[in-house]
Amino acid sequence: MIQAWLAQHWFVFILTLKRLISAPITSLLSIIVIGIAFSLPTGIYTLMENLRALSGQTAGSPQISLFFKLDADQKDIDKIRQRLEENPQIQHVQFVSRHTALQQLQQNSGLNDPIINLDRNPLPDAFIVHVQSGVETVKQLHETIQEWPEIEHVQYDSAWIERLDALLKFGRFTVLLLATLLSIAIIAVMFNTIRLQILTKQDEIEISKLIGATDSFIRRPFLYFGAMQGLLGGLTAWLIVTLVIQRMAEELTELARLYSLNLNLQPLSTEDSISLLLFSTWLGWLGARISVASHLWQIEPK
Amino acid sequence: MISFKNISKRFPDGFVALNNIDLTIETGEMVFITGHSGAGKSTLLKLIAAIERPTSGSITISGQNIAQLKYSAIPFLRRKIGFIFQDHKLLFDRNVFDNVLLPLQIGSFDNNMVTSRVRAALDKVGLLRKERAMPVTLSGGERQRLCIARAVVHRPIILIADEPTGNLDIEYARDIMEMFKSFHQVGVTVLIATHDASLLENTQHRILSLKQGKLAA
Repeated sequence: MIQAWLAQHWFVFILTLKRLISAPITSLLSIIVIGIAFSLPTGIYTLMENLRALSGQTAGSPQISLFFKLDADQKDIDKIRQRLEENPQIQHVQFVSRHTALQQLQQNSGLNDPIINLDRNPLPDAFIVHVQSGVETVKQLHETIQEWPEIEHVQYDSAWIERLDALLKFGRFTVLLLATLLSIAIIAVMFNTIRLQILTKQDEIEISKLIGATDSFIRRPFLYFGAMQGLLGGLTAWLIVTLVIQRMAEELTELARLYSLNLNLQPLSTEDSISLLLFSTWLGWLGARISVASHLWQIEPK
Repeated sequence: MISFKNISKRFPDGFVALNNIDLTIETGEMVFITGHSGAGKSTLLKLIAAIERPTSGSITISGQNIAQLKYSAIPFLRRKIGFIFQDHKLLFDRNVFDNVLLPLQIGSFDNNMVTSRVRAALDKVGLLRKERAMPVTLSGGERQRLCIARAVVHRPIILIADEPTGNLDIEYARDIMEMFKSFHQVGVTVLIATHDASLLENTQHRILSLKQGKLAA
């Protein structure tokens, strides 16, 4: 029984492949349409994921920088360190001595800055504090630290985090909107493709019904066809996005090198790739399902 | 056993094809249905396969009421029946073998035996050597035999033929009648609608004649 069932599905799978190949131009065109439609939201999503990763590197957990007054001594530093380490809201405390700071500046800037040749180090000692996430926590802590007399200046990057967060939210919204609209377009394309197929298969459908075919038997090849085109469209989208990202990464690496930055554009993750393929397959199936449901009942044998 | 009780069929345009038919056909019987065109022969046969539904009355096949059959149960009824259609209903996009294969694909038969079943059916109607031919290249008689092969390949318990010898010369018609007799001999219930009087000479089988939707005595 199961063997016969599997055999039937295998038969329909082969039949679908044959149908796809028998009209190569038509098949290719609708696969490309689906592919391009999917590549847009997928591409933007991939770039956004990269942006998010980038923001995570620099501002994953919000950080506060404490700069000492230039006349602060080791006793002050130890006192502040103890105070910071005792605060439960602070995850990690990092001390940057004025000496280290100067060295880093010399390494990182890559510019022949006149500062480097100064005979006196103008930089203060500093603490970099990583705070548990939450814009509110950072603000509160910022206010507290500002009261401490040993500290000249407290700097935090909450404004930047908030801006980036809003930007990412907007990006997500755009991707969702695009994906929704283009999904509807794909369903419409599939609806029409299957409608045309049903029209050309009218005789076969009628005769099959006459000799005892169930509706699910008649539906099956069309659903397979829709799903298969969806899958191939998804693969096309994946290919487009992967190639474009790869090409962009090359250009970006060049650009980043000129600015002495280390930027690395990541391709679509495996999980996201699988989700893309599953979703496009499902969408193709859905378009076919709607089309079959609205056309098949019209073909009743007389 | 097939039995009709008070069966009437009125079409949406008001035409009454069958009017209060009572009829019983025993299992394994061979029955001819005659009458002029428009007398209701085709309608009567189509009611048995639930291709048409009666306006009133009941039809039972082996105890099952066909008149009230659910839509989802119709395919399974049709699988018990082999129907030879007046307009053949062959598929011209595939060869002879694949046309005969269709009922077996629909009925999900075991893949290992479908090939031999199809060949056996084609052999019975004398088309074995044409299994790769396309239906367009077949003559009228060959197409009719192809229809028969497709109708019997899944071994139905009821065989229904609507004008199986229409447009065939007498030689071919006799061949085809012999085939039906051989199916009847192995226990299949056979119903044949025909207006061809020459087929009915010296037959010992029951003849039902329809006149304007009513059974004549």
